[in-house]
Amino acid sequence: MPTTFIQAINQALSEEMERDPLTFVMGEDVVLSAFGATKGLIDKFGPRRVRNTPIAEAGFVGAAVGAAMAGARPICEVEFASFFYCAMDQVCNQAAKLRYMSGGQARMPITFRCVYGAMGGAAAQHSETVYAQFLSVPGIKLVVPSNPSDMKGLLKSAIRDDNPVIVFEHGALGGQREEIPAGDHLVPLGQAAIKRTGEHATVVAIGAMVPRTLRVAEKLAREDISVEVIDPRTLVPLDEAAILASVEKTNRAVVVDEGHWRGGAAADIAAIIGEKAFDFLDGPVRRVTTLDVPIPFSPPLEKAALANEAKIEAAIRAAVGR
Amino acid sequence: MDLGKDKMLEMYRMMTRIRLFETQVRDLATASEIPGFVHVSIGEEASATGVCAALRPADRITSTHRGHGHLIAKGGRLDRMMAEIFGKRTGYCKGKGGSMHIVDFSLGILGANGIVGGGIPIATGSALAAVVTQRDEVTACFFGDGASNEGTFHESLNLAAVWKLPVIYVCENNGFGEFTPMQTVTSVTDIAVRAQAYGIPGIVIDGNDVLEVYRCASEAIARARAGEGPTLIECKTYRWEGHVVGEQAFLGKASYRSEEEVAEWKARCPLIRFEKFAAESGMISAAELKKIRAETEVELEAAVKFARESPLPDPAEVTDDVFSG
Ligand SMILES: Cc1ncc(C[n+]2csc(CCOP(=O)(O)OP(=O)(O)O)c2C)c(N)n1
Ligand SMILES: [Mg+2]
Repeated sequence: MPTTFIQAINQALSEEMERDPLTFVMGEDVVLSAFGATKGLIDKFGPRRVRNTPIAEAGFVGAAVGAAMAGARPICEVEFASFFYCAMDQVCNQAAKLRYMSGGQARMPITFRCVYGAMGGAAAQHSETVYAQFLSVPGIKLVVPSNPSDMKGLLKSAIRDDNPVIVFEHGALGGQREEIPAGDHLVPLGQAAIKRTGEHATVVAIGAMVPRTLRVAEKLAREDISVEVIDPRTLVPLDEAAILASVEKTNRAVVVDEGHWRGGAAADIAAIIGEKAFDFLDGPVRRVTTLDVPIPFSPPLEKAALANEAKIEAAIRAAVGR
Repeated sequence: MDLGKDKMLEMYRMMTRIRLFETQVRDLATASEIPGFVHVSIGEEASATGVCAALRPADRITSTHRGHGHLIAKGGRLDRMMAEIFGKRTGYCKGKGGSMHIVDFSLGILGANGIVGGGIPIATGSALAAVVTQRDEVTACFFGDGASNEGTFHESLNLAAVWKLPVIYVCENNGFGEFTPMQTVTSVTDIAVRAQAYGIPGIVIDGNDVLEVYRCASEAIARARAGEGPTLIECKTYRWEGHVVGEQAFLGKASYRSEEEVAEWKARCPLIRFEKFAAESGMISAAELKKIRAETEVELEAAVKFARESPLPDPAEVTDDVFSG
């Protein structure tokens, strides 16, 4: 049966909570679950393991850190990704560093989930793509699924991981449907997916940009422009080998991300390609990103700010010179 | 306190403007004429109105995601607010902010806010500026019961208390943060008792009684002006509508409050309450109130027309008002 992105999250949570009694879910409104990801968990697992928190991100994110250190396995929801800013100390100073600083004593098996990205008129404080802010904080794994199957498999792996993992769920993917492999479906962290093979250019696309890039690749194929599309699925750990092998074959690279141009995930991946595949490149690594502005409210402005299919197409054409 | 008839009528006009504006915004959002998340404050008109009526034009406010009422009460124009909510270039923020982010510095409105608790330190800093620059200005800080669980609330109250800042903290306790009943995530029944922890006065008042709100806010503002520091005022109130317009679509059959409870609070409508008071006092006639309502309807109609007919921003404006590169 086709499963939506949101149902995939729900299944992953339910299966992992069933599997491991040390897991529990907490966050704002997780009992009723506005978006539906945690719907029904309260009936299965009860109030000890499904907890509505006060609106107090620094406090409950920090409580997840403490609970993880003391032997539980928290799955902590931070509604919208921008709300992480309210809890930065606990994520970046505490969760990310404590295993290392304690000489490996602390285990930090926390999974954070949040909704990120522009979904139409949500404006600057509810539309941001914030994973790049964590990219330069060693110690945190970053997961950005692009479809329901990966969503489920990656989330299950994240929950079993002994490190802090943040899973970024794009708000505009919620209704996407597909068949999900049956059984205990796991997708390992750190393994890219080659979504389409091609000869002329490698396009690394992240999160919600993956389906958009695939549509562009489909269109360009009709003109015999053959595009290889790689979905890294996790930004940390990053499957460098898959990306570099593809660039060695196609000799051209474009990175597509909804984050910003400066200091973003696209900048990071482009730099890796530039440094490690320089000898194979026939041209500069191009980035398609959102403009370096806060996401504006009004629809024509929002559209102008965001990375979109037209911009992806233009960048690929520039890369292949057609 | 003898308010005078003009002041009373002014407050009734404000509550009416908020009620009609919010009802219109709800309907336009339901009809998908407005993009994004829209939170309305129907049923909570008295707290915004009573507090702002006690402020001077040079005083400032900070607001929340549920901010239209506060902005209107501080003098926001319905047409430019409506245009902003429509995402039009003629809106207060040129279409860049939307419902949750309306600002008018010229009116002392430092902004609605998409971040719960985000306005509380800002109000505190606004009061700090008045002290540092030696200006006689007070800041009123609006926030919800939910926001009072954020660290920003606690850190700000302590700071303002220590420095005796001219700020009043107005908690609009409507019983819920999103779909979570306040009492399930808050350790106290009255938010106002938290004032004790910071050594400042805290009072609980009927947030649906605009006259009581006005009276209490006036006293707190006078204290603030006199250099005696902040006060926490908790207005007990209720939101009649959902947390966000259109929430039924994702909540489905799930509900988080009873119909009886909603009906009970509707019976405590701040406008009807004022109308009853007017009739009983004999100071204000029904015809006067009716006239205010009719005038507000005309004003609102013009605001919607203005918003509908205004141009959208030019996509090239996307990079204005930010530096990057
Ligand atoms: C920092 C932060 N956390 C969570 C949210 C999501 N959110 C928006 S409104 C809201 C409830 C706020 O409750 P309250 O402060 O009581 O205000 P009310 O909506 O009742 O007016 C929540 C949790 C947010 N916008 N910002
Ligand atoms: Mg509330």
